[in-house]
Amino acid sequence: MIRKRRVVTLAMLGVAAAFLIVGCSGGGGEQGTSSPTATIVSDLPLQGSSRPQNETIVNAIQLALDQRNNMAGDVQIKYQSQDDATAQAGKWDEAKCAQNAQSVAQNEEIVGWIGPFNSGCAQVQIPILNQAGLGMVSPANTYIGLTKPGGEPDEPEKFYPTGNRNYTRVIVADDKQGRAGAIWMRDLGVRSVYILDDQETYGKGLADQFQQNAEEQGIQVLGREGIDGKASNYRALMSKIAQLNPDAIYFGGITQNNAGQLVKDKVGAGMSNEGVVFMGPDGINEDAFIDAAGNSAEGVYVTFGGLPASELPGKGQDFVQNYKDKYNSDVEAYTAYGYEAANVLLDAIDRAYKADGQVTREGVVRELFATRNYDGVLGTWSFDQNGDTTLTQLSGQRVKSGKFGFDRTIDVA
Amino acid sequence: MATTQELKSRGAVLLDDVRSSSWQSRIAVVITVALLVLLLIQAIKDPGQFFSQLLVGITNGAIIALIALGYTLVYGIIELINFAHGDNFMIGSFVGLTVLSGTFLGLSFFAPITAESGAVLKIFGVILALVIAMVVCGLINVGIERVAYKPLRNSPRLAVLITAIGMSFILQNLGLIWKGASQIPFPDLISDDNVLAGITYTVFYRWKDLFVILVTMPLLVGLSYFIQRTKQGKAMRAVAQDKEAAAMMGINVNRTISITFLLGGILAGASGVMFGLFNGTTVFNLGFRQGLFAFTAAVLGGIGNLTGAVLGGLVIGVIGSMNDQYIGVRWTDIVIFTVLILVLVFRPRGLLGDRSAVQGGGQQ
Repeated sequence: MIRKRRVVTLAMLGVAAAFLIVGCSGGGGEQGTSSPTATIVSDLPLQGSSRPQNETIVNAIQLALDQRNNMAGDVQIKYQSQDDATAQAGKWDEAKCAQNAQSVAQNEEIVGWIGPFNSGCAQVQIPILNQAGLGMVSPANTYIGLTKPGGEPDEPEKFYPTGNRNYTRVIVADDKQGRAGAIWMRDLGVRSVYILDDQETYGKGLADQFQQNAEEQGIQVLGREGIDGKASNYRALMSKIAQLNPDAIYFGGITQNNAGQLVKDKVGAGMSNEGVVFMGPDGINEDAFIDAAGNSAEGVYVTFGGLPASELPGKGQDFVQNYKDKYNSDVEAYTAYGYEAANVLLDAIDRAYKADGQVTREGVVRELFATRNYDGVLGTWSFDQNGDTTLTQLSGQRVKSGKFGFDRTIDVA
Repeated sequence: MATTQELKSRGAVLLDDVRSSSWQSRIAVVITVALLVLLLIQAIKDPGQFFSQLLVGITNGAIIALIALGYTLVYGIIELINFAHGDNFMIGSFVGLTVLSGTFLGLSFFAPITAESGAVLKIFGVILALVIAMVVCGLINVGIERVAYKPLRNSPRLAVLITAIGMSFILQNLGLIWKGASQIPFPDLISDDNVLAGITYTVFYRWKDLFVILVTMPLLVGLSYFIQRTKQGKAMRAVAQDKEAAAMMGINVNRTISITFLLGGILAGASGVMFGLFNGTTVFNLGFRQGLFAFTAAVLGGIGNLTGAVLGGLVIGVIGSMNDQYIGVRWTDIVIFTVLILVLVFRPRGLLGDRSAVQGGGQQ
């Protein structure tokens, strides 16, 4: 009995301490200004091996806010970072994605959403936020079906139950990335290819786009398989592929679905990266992939639905420098896209307030889609009626001495 | 009279067997034969590829078998499915990784052993990693038994099962805290070159595959020697048969159970390091998946039966690789578990019957 009482006392103490801490931090955040306030949130996978990449995006959003003194024009902005990954999954989690979207949908204070990072997560979140009328800007979703036909037959309509669009993205979609991969392979002299995907929305959709474009480019498709992202190894699969003697292997998928092991087993089966091209999409364009694949990553080709930091136009270079000065670390592939997404959203909030005299979700969505000839860190571009960027330049990268190195730009216009 | 009957029999007995067999087993035989014939056709068409895949399957199967032994040993003696075993296996691979890195808790004991190190150092590193992982995992398993299972030995089965699942989550999260959520590369200590280079080029058998067999075989032989020939092994078999009777005969039941867990842990540690060196990566949630397959292998072969666990592991490995080659990767899990269900329908006690080897008797 005494023991029980002690436990209860301890628990009460803990609760009291928690209240104290919350109270303190809450007090610090209050600021006595008369200007209107609005809240934006980001939703990114901040656990698992995507963490390093996504931390830089959160940093970039924070940098954009700092540069504006937390103001979008006359509107004071508050920012919350949400995590859509779970430790158990080690990557984004469908249930967490839905939960985040549902809680934000009910909070009228929130007028803008940056994210998500993964297309599969976007599929869950867009319909929820569409009904809430919340404008979204994703820095990284490339799955084609999110905004335009080309994925499953009922896409993209099924993501927009209200019939109105609310979702935009600053990254180039997979129809262009799949095409860029096929063009690059053709230029490398590849005549036959074996296509693999990780059976997720993003990976499978991309592999579909690549397959279609490869056939158009006259590359023979020897076979197509969906791999199990949790298998212990792919020796049998690679042994089978080696027997077909392809010039290249294309993998549509993400690092977290065992891309590193896949490349290891490819090289282990006697298909060196010199002899047989291994190409993947932006889903493996992160250091976590090179870490997992080790020496086997050397010489791997990766397409990216945009330009690497080193190739960004003038404003982009300024951003890279500012980021370095502030955080004392290098940017990752999507950092500039996170920064651009934040700025586009903040400008839309600014314009919405100026036009309507108040900040509403409806106004922000309207202004978001009205973004034209935006002069940002990625160049000068507009959103089309689907919420897609008008940029057409992609880049090809290759792993050299354990790092991604810029190889070429691929224009798919 | 008797002799003529025996002479006549051969064919007749077989015929009688077929007549008296149930329709289920007839279907089972027909399906098995059909599949084997289909495989044989493929083997004749392209023998090189077939044998390459067979070897891949056997190697993958050997790893599963080694983990499956841990499940089956423990089940054989206290009828508990030790769900923490798969995660202990993961811890084993992490321990191996730490040993090879030469650094623990910020203290640097020796320079990391990598692919660039000399051959002697590599062999030394592999043996050291194996031994330390075996010791650590063995002790962890004994500790888990003391803390989580022993106090519940006389409670309902379900209670122990739940603590086993709990221990599994605890170990998994310890792994997560220890090494993070990403996949971690293992140093490439064993060559990817073909062992058979110079003999044949159609079959691809790497030194890594040979390494798996070289670790697995001695452990299997040692384990079966221990159980069949030593006094302690005899005690284990006695406890498995009847705890109370064994105690009356003067066997220390608690110690015997601890030793069983120690053996299981040793196997988990060895297979963890072997898995890491073989596949080249490891990750904190590895144990769930591998544990599931190993558990399946143990059930497939007949849980509690050591030979059965090895057979089950090899069957799963070979089915997996053959399926990858001839059907398609995305069907592999479905095929493996379909086979499990079919086997359990026709032979509910697994391929070789449950609990026979540890108990020292045949099928009961």
